[in-house]
Amino acid sequence: MKIMLVDDSKTMRNIQKAVLAQLGHTDVVEACDGQDALSKVQAAKPDLLLVDWNMPNMDGLSFVKAYRQANKATPIIMVTTEAEKGRVIEAIKAGVNNYVVKPFTPDLLGQRIQETLAKKAASAA
Amino acid sequence: MDPNFIKPFITSIQNVFSTMLQLPVSIKDPTIKTGQQPFDVSGIIGMSGDVTGSVVLSFPRDCAERVVALFCGQQVAFETADFNDAIGELVNMVSGNAKALFPSGRKVSISCPSVVVGAKHSVARQSDVPCIQIPCVTDCGDFVIEIAIKQRAAADPASTDAAATAKA
Repeated sequence: MKIMLVDDSKTMRNIQKAVLAQLGHTDVVEACDGQDALSKVQAAKPDLLLVDWNMPNMDGLSFVKAYRQANKATPIIMVTTEAEKGRVIEAIKAGVNNYVVKPFTPDLLGQRIQETLAKKAASAA
Repeated sequence: MDPNFIKPFITSIQNVFSTMLQLPVSIKDPTIKTGQQPFDVSGIIGMSGDVTGSVVLSFPRDCAERVVALFCGQQVAFETADFNDAIGELVNMVSGNAKALFPSGRKVSISCPSVVVGAKHSVARQSDVPCIQIPCVTDCGDFVIEIAIKQRAAADPASTDAAATAKA
């Protein structure tokens, strides 16, 4: 199981990596913005992406829209400070599968990751 | 300034620090900032859209070092990229959460954070926007959040982004 973390904050990527490690996921690829993620995603072929919204160069929403043109199946969790209902709807319409608002507890992020992976496994069965 | 735009920052800072750092924050009475109070580390976010201005989280060095260590789960050397990143992410979370609590119908965007590090620096702002200073007390030391924002007038279609400048 390979997971891609897309966040301009190294601190936040490290926090997310620690949560993933607790869940047994250590195969992680990191990208520091949407552009960086687009350049890495084809070679990395992740099974799940965790994507921030506000990033320099290319924001998370633009990345999701670009990624979804070629890949409809790989689940994406948006992990962001953008908490307004309208933003959540916008992200879901763009192709985000689950949503976590910062700040989050490790338990909440872990729960969302497991939910999302379980749905993926169920749809593949 | 409408208190409905200040209360969200109080709620947000307490939520962010208690959730991510397990650090309770006590809030002292907000005041209108008059002089320049020097700090050693500041995280700055600009707001644009229906609300414009800037939000600054300012720390003395000792407090910033303790807060960053709690946030990152380890000591992080002062004046490194990782230290600045942690301060930037904190002000990003505080501002992002606060704007979600603004009175409904306001469309507001936040900038990517900037971080200023320098002994005894101060952050200057647009002179036409009052700055509200909220003192925050924690077991890691005291810091302040400074909010200098205004609602965009209906007849003012030009959104002016935050013009915070830093002077070390």
